[in-house]
Amino acid sequence: MTTPKELGTYAQNTWCPGCGNFGILASVKKALADLEDDGLDLNKVAIVSGIGCHAKIVDYINVNSFYSIHGRVPPPMTGIKLANPELTVIGYAGDGDAYGEGIEHLIFSAKRNIDMTFIVHNNRIYGLTTGQFTPTSPPGFKGRSTPKGSPEDPINPIEIMVSAGATFVARGYTKNLKHLQSLIKAAIKHKGFSFVDVLQPCFTFFNTYDYYNERVYEFSEQDHDASDRNAAFVKAQEWAYGEGERIPIGIFYQIKKPTYGDKLLAGRIPVRLKPGDIGPVLKKHI
Amino acid sequence: MEEISILIGGKAGDGTRQAGHVIASLLNRIGYRIFFYDDYPSLIRGGHNFSVIRASEKRIGAHKDMIDIIIALNQDTVENHKHRLKADGIILYDSKKVETQGLGIDFMSIVKEFDGKPIMRNTAAIGALAGILNLEWSILENDIKNSIGKDIDLNLKIARNAYDRIGTSLKPVRKLDQQSLPLVTGNEAISLGAVKAGLNMYIAYPMTPASAILHYLAAHENELGVVTVHPESEISVALMALGAAYTGAKTMVGTSGGGFALMTEALSLAGQSEIPMVIVECQRAGPSTGVPTYTMQGDLNFVVYAGHGEFIRVVLAPGDADEAFYLTGLAVNLAWKFQIPTFVLSDKHLSESIFSFEPDLDKVKPEDPLLWDGQGEYKRYLDTPNGISPLAFPGNAEAIVKVSSYEHDENGITTEEPGQIARMQRKRLRKRKALADELGKYDTVNVYGNLESKTALLCWGSTKGACIEVAETLDLKVVQPLVLEPLPVESLKKALSGVEKIIDVEVNATGQLAKFIAGQGFCIDDMILRFDSRPFTVDNLLDSVKEVLS
Repeated sequence: MTTPKELGTYAQNTWCPGCGNFGILASVKKALADLEDDGLDLNKVAIVSGIGCHAKIVDYINVNSFYSIHGRVPPPMTGIKLANPELTVIGYAGDGDAYGEGIEHLIFSAKRNIDMTFIVHNNRIYGLTTGQFTPTSPPGFKGRSTPKGSPEDPINPIEIMVSAGATFVARGYTKNLKHLQSLIKAAIKHKGFSFVDVLQPCFTFFNTYDYYNERVYEFSEQDHDASDRNAAFVKAQEWAYGEGERIPIGIFYQIKKPTYGDKLLAGRIPVRLKPGDIGPVLKKHI
Repeated sequence: MEEISILIGGKAGDGTRQAGHVIASLLNRIGYRIFFYDDYPSLIRGGHNFSVIRASEKRIGAHKDMIDIIIALNQDTVENHKHRLKADGIILYDSKKVETQGLGIDFMSIVKEFDGKPIMRNTAAIGALAGILNLEWSILENDIKNSIGKDIDLNLKIARNAYDRIGTSLKPVRKLDQQSLPLVTGNEAISLGAVKAGLNMYIAYPMTPASAILHYLAAHENELGVVTVHPESEISVALMALGAAYTGAKTMVGTSGGGFALMTEALSLAGQSEIPMVIVECQRAGPSTGVPTYTMQGDLNFVVYAGHGEFIRVVLAPGDADEAFYLTGLAVNLAWKFQIPTFVLSDKHLSESIFSFEPDLDKVKPEDPLLWDGQGEYKRYLDTPNGISPLAFPGNAEAIVKVSSYEHDENGITTEEPGQIARMQRKRLRKRKALADELGKYDTVNVYGNLESKTALLCWGSTKGACIEVAETLDLKVVQPLVLEPLPVESLKKALSGVEKIIDVEVNATGQLAKFIAGQGFCIDDMILRFDSRPFTVDNLLDSVKEVLS
């Protein structure tokens, strides 16, 4: 039995007061503690982060961790999961390194349906580099690199993930803490690639609390059939990270599909493989 | 020395490489040692492909320009190579496709006689060659049975017909009283060396001339106990490998210069996080796309200096298949013992040429890294006297394993505190001493030829084979460093002691090894550089060395 508090470390938390990341950290710790009660071995959990404010989370959770580099969260996660499929692998990325520098890895993770959970701390701003537009900033966003307004439209990661083949696609909001905890728990429990985009306001550079508080609403399985791919796209289009009156949060899409590890490894566990005998192979060379 | 060189050429798609393999195998079966050079442009159909099969009584690591028998399946083969034919050489050619002097046979009519497929022209050519060489039919028969997957009877009939058409054996080869050896490419030797050292995973994105490592390990996954993965890019390859190694899987990646360029951010991450990383870099002619299917030793500087920040690495440069086997095994073991990135620096000429393979297989075995003993609290980056921290892996019930791209404390938690930062950098660089001691147990510099000679050819990697033969002819010494980083300065000094003239031989335009070792006080007297993307042949290098010496 580990309490969320015991899941902390001695690392000093350096997020700004009011940062949305606190909500994600609390949700993850609570989800892990709950899942431990359900039988999850916390020593078999490995978490991975990229670079940016979000990434400090690995220093704040006392489990195995790999503090990766910007944009490169899914590849180490994939290496960990393939090397030892018995591990539960959870990744954290900002919107910069999930949707900007490393988007190909995200798309391929979804395409492969590898069994791991990917949580995006989506504040729609580069915080640690002090305020530039990201792939999900609203149209015309005035940041330090785009003082006249961003010339790009945002991407819609929910649509992209459903298209690419993710088998669990959800969006949460850090203020709706209980809802976020339940999403993260469901994502970790899901066998396949689980994707959770978390609306996480940056209190210092892009304070969106009021904007979200007015528009965000939770939907449930009564309102939406998450096994219906077309319905998932329709739901995703309710809000395209630009203007819009209502922002749905919940599970957009969830289906069962064989995972990459099941297909690629076919029961093998690389960390326990014994080297083969090269003798018989060499005989074929004569 | 009993030897013969055979060149077979045709269009891409004619199957000349496969035919060359059968010829090499035939000569292997009667006791000859083989060097097989494969030359092909970057296309799928058409163009001009050729292979040179050199067979010798002694083990060899290079081919020659001058050829005893040219087998021409197209006119280009004659036009491009007839100047290479020895005075008493023979051209065996397809008389319907090629106009020249020599021994013309209508291979296609033989194929048609038995309702064969056009690709079986090769079989007819091989049958005729066996007749020219005066090989026993049973040797050819066995070889066809072993090497051709389908239509064996049909191929046998075609080969026999062509074999019988050769009345007199024009170039008889003597059967030697030597055992046949496995014929192995550099890439296959790299694969086998890694497996022998305990490789669990090989991760790679296709890139010539490294792709064959991926193909070979993927084809033999179950026999060799390796999981192979082909991800979306070299960036992903390198980072997946770090994730897998963090988890405890011995992992290797392979690529050429362009792919390695994409891996350099992961290389620095390996340096900071102390995750073992094994990288095979098979060089090809650059810069950039360069000449994709041809060779160059152009990436020495790149590999030695790649990555931002300061960290320890090992660069090993095998010169033939046996060394590729040993040094890849060593690269795997060193990466894990010292938790550093290690490189096997190959090139197209080593990776894709075929060698007679005779290493002591038992010399490579998995060596245990320093593992955590389970006592006390686990610290991934424990500051130890030799800088090496004991390893534990995720899943260990007693340990929490935290690795980081950030500077970190002993537990792997981020730090920006100056004392801590300097301490951890010292800890990582301190491994250099233990690494040097470990390398001292191995041959780090090889010498060949006349060890008393006052003139030495200095070479690295695949130029070794040509250098040794030239040195034997001219009574010179050859010095070949196998470890390029950290440079084994004392061993190199010893190897060069008494030498008054050093001739540096490299397949690049600027003499990268010469410049690299100049920084350690080694003065080069002359340089022989080839940078037309073709390797040195024995005769071509001999001419160049004679010119330098005259």
